[in-house]
Amino acid sequence: MPTVSAVTTRLVGSLIDLNHPGHYVHWGFIQMSVANLILIGLMVVVFVAAILIPFRRHGGGDR
Amino acid sequence: MSIDTGTPVQAPTPPPANASADLPEDAAQWSARLRRSAVKALPPERLMPDRQPAYVASWIYVFGVLTVSALAVVIATGTVLAIMGPTWWHVSTVGLFVNSLHLWSVEVFFFTMIVHLWGKFFMAAWRGKRRATWITGVVSFVVSVGAAFTGYLSQQNFDSQWISTQAKDGINSTGAGAIFNVTNFGQMLMWHIVLLPLVVVALVGLHVLLVRLRGVVPPFAAPDEHGPAPAGRSEGPDGIPDVVVPTDAVVVATNGSANGHTTNGERA
Repeated sequence: MPTVSAVTTRLVGSLIDLNHPGHYVHWGFIQMSVANLILIGLMVVVFVAAILIPFRRHGGGDR
Repeated sequence: MSIDTGTPVQAPTPPPANASADLPEDAAQWSARLRRSAVKALPPERLMPDRQPAYVASWIYVFGVLTVSALAVVIATGTVLAIMGPTWWHVSTVGLFVNSLHLWSVEVFFFTMIVHLWGKFFMAAWRGKRRATWITGVVSFVVSVGAAFTGYLSQQNFDSQWISTQAKDGINSTGAGAIFNVTNFGQMLMWHIVLLPLVVVALVGLHVLLVRLRGVVPPFAAPDEHGPAPAGRSEGPDGIPDVVVPTDAVVVATNGSANGHTTNGERA
């Protein structure tokens, strides 16, 4: 009977299978891993969110 | 053997805490002059302020301190790794965990630093005599890349072997390979755990002090199409429009309720 940790590991592994060589994208002489590309996309998303999402202020003051 | 001189020995009276400030003959000492200039440039209330300008209440201003926080975790976990040694971090579960913490805190460090960099770039954060702040940030970034690079070379696995053999050609093409040999594990480890962390921490410390000295850069003033130019708008010495935020929108408490105190605008 598989243990809880083994089941968890299999579940997580089925979501993101890392058991293969890395994927890369190429633009001419530029080569980048998909993982790094996703990370850059995440940074852009966080950057835009940091600008757009209102910052909660203490005490409900307007200043 | 003791010698009795016949005179009672008195314990020296400790000088008051601010004795040197009260003694004119000590005022010319380099330590006194250094202390005076340091306190003048960065008085405690400026070094550790209770309030920040109102425009700091934005998530984009959070990423600098997030970067410093991640750096603190990097240094702390790296210190534990140095104390316990390679066998511990390669074999034991706790060692593997701390090793992973070290790696992922570096990932967070660079992630937040890049967002911080983008935010400051689009704010033109070098405005208002903040050139040194910008430059120390840029140099910190470059040195951090070197620190991370030597860290990847110190993993002692096939990944580090691959990175070092790929990097050696690039380094050798610059001529630096004669003194910076990326296939020399001992040298790379020393650079990673001694030299580069010292430089990064020193630069980041200087960067933060400069932020406290010059203040946090304000955003560009929004153009007012229906009225006069925003209060305090001016041009800096570099010709780039500079901004002083109107004085009724300047401060916000960082440790409690904001009550709309007005104060003088923090110079951009």
